[in-house]
Amino acid sequence: MSMKPELMKRMVKGPDGVEFEVEPLRDYFCEAPPTVMPAAYSRIVEDLFNWARAESLWILGFGTGCGAIEMRPLMTPRFDAYRFGVQWRPTPRQANLFIISGYLSTKTLKRAIRSYEQMQNPKYVIGLGSCTINGGMYWDSYNTIKRLDDYLPVDLYIAGCMPRPEALLAGFQELKTIIRAGKAEGANKYAENFEWYKANQKRVIHDWDMPDYNW
Amino acid sequence: MRALYDRLKQLFPLGEPTWQRPDLAFVTVPAEFLRPALLHLRDREGYTHLVLLTAVDWIEDEQFQLTYLLSNRTQARDIGLRAMIPRDAATMASIHELWPTAATYQRELREMFGIDFPGSPRIEEDFILEGWNDIPPYRRDFDTLKYAEENYSQRPGRETHDPATHMKQQLHPDGR
Amino acid sequence: MDMFPPDRSQYPARKADGTLDIDLASGKYLKLWQGPNHPGITGNMSVELTVCGDEVVEGKTHVGYLHRGFEKLMERRSFIQVFPIVCRVCVPEPDFNEYCYAAAVEELAGIRSPERADWIRTLILEMGRINSYMMYLGGQAGALGLGVIAQWTTYARDLMLDRFEELTGARIYHMFILPGGVRDGLPDGFDQRMEETLREVERTLMDVFEVMFRNAVFKKRTVGVGVIDPAWLEPYGVTGPNARAAGVAKDVRRDQPYLVYSRLDFEPVIGHDSDIYTRADVRRRDVLVCVDLIRQMLARMPRSGPLMAEIPNVLHWKIPRGETYIRGECSRGEYGYYLVTDGSGTPRRINVRGPSYTHAVALLERMIVNVNISDVAALMVSLHTYPPEIER
Repeated sequence: MSMKPELMKRMVKGPDGVEFEVEPLRDYFCEAPPTVMPAAYSRIVEDLFNWARAESLWILGFGTGCGAIEMRPLMTPRFDAYRFGVQWRPTPRQANLFIISGYLSTKTLKRAIRSYEQMQNPKYVIGLGSCTINGGMYWDSYNTIKRLDDYLPVDLYIAGCMPRPEALLAGFQELKTIIRAGKAEGANKYAENFEWYKANQKRVIHDWDMPDYNW
Repeated sequence: MRALYDRLKQLFPLGEPTWQRPDLAFVTVPAEFLRPALLHLRDREGYTHLVLLTAVDWIEDEQFQLTYLLSNRTQARDIGLRAMIPRDAATMASIHELWPTAATYQRELREMFGIDFPGSPRIEEDFILEGWNDIPPYRRDFDTLKYAEENYSQRPGRETHDPATHMKQQLHPDGR
Repeated sequence: MDMFPPDRSQYPARKADGTLDIDLASGKYLKLWQGPNHPGITGNMSVELTVCGDEVVEGKTHVGYLHRGFEKLMERRSFIQVFPIVCRVCVPEPDFNEYCYAAAVEELAGIRSPERADWIRTLILEMGRINSYMMYLGGQAGALGLGVIAQWTTYARDLMLDRFEELTGARIYHMFILPGGVRDGLPDGFDQRMEETLREVERTLMDVFEVMFRNAVFKKRTVGVGVIDPAWLEPYGVTGPNARAAGVAKDVRRDQPYLVYSRLDFEPVIGHDSDIYTRADVRRRDVLVCVDLIRQMLARMPRSGPLMAEIPNVLHWKIPRGETYIRGECSRGEYGYYLVTDGSGTPRRINVRGPSYTHAVALLERMIVNVNISDVAALMVSLHTYPPEIER
């Protein structure tokens, strides 16, 4: 495993002339592994939380593949996903829904994992397009992963190449029912099977140069 | 195009040309004459636009074919220069001073075919792939299906119907 | 424009090999990554910026996030199996892949597509061009904070997608232009609905012109910013609207007419200032040219005749050894397919020459120097690059 030079432990001289040691992996990242988020003590409170979560799906605006092009019509009055409480956010910190819009090359998978781990709990993942389910068109490609749920916990798949905006809207509605039923446990699954996910991820990402969990 | 070929022929030892279209021809040039030929075409003949630079893997001949496609905008003509280089330890002279954009093509060729262009800027850096650990993927002897099956888990239950074998089974079920 | 002080003493010196002498540990320079998860980036790519203050001193493009290995996959598929995957190379304007691939196969196999199919192909390419420009106008305005423009242009693009759906059955990936011809003719009443759509597109453009191109903020942020020197056009392989905005009338549709363009009446749109504003304006006026071309085609198109030429049994289709290059003028510049066959049932090599390949890497790295960080997004969008055609 080769580490990038800027990630190695080194001495740095600041603008004021003081030298200090920097170890990026320890200083810039928090390495504590994710924990399972327990349900609320009372059923009624949990239902209230789930209702609130279902009605504010904030999507991370990271177009990982071709599917991103059908997101644009959803933001306009014709399809208007905003009326369902869906909106797009620029950074992972503000989002709770990650739409993997199509195939993931291994290079993007690395960024997608980082983005997913930076999102705050509770968080959900939708796999968009046939290529996230079983490779689709790219079943024999050397650079794309075939099953998204080996690497990230997927709550819902939307099939098609490419899925229409209406299919996405139906997918949002479906995800809402799953969340309100309390079955969207993707983030908890990720925390429980953390070792398994990490082993899968490291098997395809050959130059792993980041901490195991970074948020 | 034929007049251009005759003029080039007096200067460089050229191979047999292919007249693909009235405005498109391909000519084989020995690899060591390629750079002067490109320079001549660019500065004297008006072929100033480098359309593309790519390689073809002729694995049975143990050769890579490098194709430099140049375009003359005013006459609306294209000429492709083919240079054959041996497949093992493939090296070619860099042309990034002639066209800065060629550096990008050369980085891709280095990564995808394993052809080295000494002196080309940032040639050692990853361009498209990241953490690649196999032979360069565009080489003919790289089997992408085998690599995909070994490295990525497939979802069970997937069936493939290759059209040719599927039709054969439909039309000749007894296997004749 | 006096955007930056002429004092260059803070600037990094060049080393003997031409690279900049940037000592990050000095604290004077800062490395910033823009992308791939960043709103101000064109699709899934990233730019590694080194900044001094708020001014970029060096930019490196990183691509490859969308690499699927198309050129390898195509070598494993028969000629007809390649046809459904070529359109996936470029998402916002997929039809050029279909046309270039179909034309390359036809040329090497010695097939001539029927005349009516050529008219329909041209129609589809022009419709796709309007779509692509509409996305661009929205993106260019969005990069400078004018979000409402994107709402309007996406609406107009949606109407055009409806026409596509009517004609081909799909919104994004049409898979309509196959080697030998096209799949179907125009449906009944298509002309009238197309005319309504074109009127809507024109009306949207009027609004866009009033709100975007006459907007003082937009002008201040774009006029004189991100200039492409006309001397860079040839070394950096700049084509399409980026070159036309620099005053060079490069247009494959007119220089080397393909399909039925030689029979249509149009003039390439030219700008002269070569800045972001001019590039946006050239594209806006180019949409009007597309609208005009579609009207001409619908008026003159033959309404009967064959749509497909005779092609061999696609399961045993072998094409003799040869190589060719087919080019077309897509909304970003010159798009081309280089096809090599070796007499077998699969292509030997296909190379896709996307205009973004040169624009987004070599040209962008050249242009991004001495640009303010806040203008980087607008500059990148103004080159109109689509990452999937860089890495395929």
